[in-house]
Amino acid sequence: MASEKVKTFTDSNFDDETRQGVVLVDLWAEWCGPCRRLAPTVDALAQEFDGRATVAKLDVDENPNVPGRYAVRGIPTLLLFKDGQLVEQLVGLKAKEEIADAIQRQL
Amino acid sequence: MADRRVVVIGSGPAGLTAALYTARANLRPLLIEGLEAGGQLMLTTMVENWPGFEDGIMGPDLMTVMRKQAERFGTTVIQDHVSKVDLQKRPFRLTLGDGKTITTDALIIATGASARWLEIDTDRKLSGHGVSTCATCDGYFFRGRPIAVVGGGDSAMEEAIYLTRFATKVTVVHRRDSLRASKIMQDKAYANPKIHFIWDSEVAEVKDVSKGEVTGIVVRNLKTGKLTELPLDGVFIAIGHTPNTKLFEGQIELDPAGYIVTRDGTHTNVPGVFAAGDVQDHIYRQAITAAGSGCMAAIDAEHYLDDIPEDLDQTAAQGDAVQATAEPAS
Repeated sequence: MASEKVKTFTDSNFDDETRQGVVLVDLWAEWCGPCRRLAPTVDALAQEFDGRATVAKLDVDENPNVPGRYAVRGIPTLLLFKDGQLVEQLVGLKAKEEIADAIQRQL
Repeated sequence: MADRRVVVIGSGPAGLTAALYTARANLRPLLIEGLEAGGQLMLTTMVENWPGFEDGIMGPDLMTVMRKQAERFGTTVIQDHVSKVDLQKRPFRLTLGDGKTITTDALIIATGASARWLEIDTDRKLSGHGVSTCATCDGYFFRGRPIAVVGGGDSAMEEAIYLTRFATKVTVVHRRDSLRASKIMQDKAYANPKIHFIWDSEVAEVKDVSKGEVTGIVVRNLKTGKLTELPLDGVFIAIGHTPNTKLFEGQIELDPAGYIVTRDGTHTNVPGVFAAGDVQDHIYRQAITAAGSGCMAAIDAEHYLDDIPEDLDQTAAQGDAVQATAEPAS
């Protein structure tokens, strides 16, 4: 269902994929109701920032290392990177405008 | 002319039932989901007290089918939230998160309630780092770790029981010396060997903000004043809810706790504005009572609209443009 503009990250490709540019990563899991509600927003952001920022999802069930590294104990959590540096961590359901503003600030 | 005859704000059981009934009354409702789409049931697991499902149904599944049912009869669902309302003029005007405005003859408010936080600032600072208000979302991260649940009602017991799937030990911290939860939930909790209780106590502090994660809590005994530190990795807060009425402050009558005041069914003090579900109910707060009041709001709105002709150009008299136009969100 996810838009093809949304990439899929894993523990193994995470560092490579976040190294350059502005990257938004949605940490989610199948069993998380609010994550399902955030999915269309993440899809829409991928469309909106296509070519300017990378938007990706990471399934915390299959990839425990990334959430562990950033002390993530709740989902949905959005991690925002600029050139490999974590610049913002948004916890819980957020409005699309709020996330878009956070990305925009890094562009 | 207004864009819509009726708009429903909120997509929990109250909002979706109001949409279902107004759709079946040919009012072509527009439903604005809101940020916490699907409402509180999206955060639950098995719902065992929704009539008609003798074996129970998963909360998120129930909301999915409820929404499909509302859509089947002509409800338009918008995945956005309302950032501003103007209920002083008619038709009523709503501004969405994306800046668009919508006008409507009648409005049904079903914005529900959201989990309440502790009245200490250390809990919010560690939200997402060990402090949570959603066991089904975040329990997974506490596999093999000790945690606490704050509260003594049904939700608190449900969370505590659910969390024993992951946690080594669940300590329930409660302000009183007995539970408020229903008998069946109490029995389940007392029978669970992983659940322990600390009575007459509140959480004074969540540690450790400087480390950016939960390492423990400081518990204050309300009778003796004694402070005790408890090392653990997670805190789940289940101390009730606050109604989502900030949007309507100053425009609709609210009670001192912030709930919308309704009378004669679902009427608010503004004619044409109706309220249903947890946003106006601090007593029952059940999915089924929310749905019931959603139905009442739909019928009340229908009766109200009987006296408001559909083609009346109400705004010409007010000299005000009402077409849905994009304007910057304030």
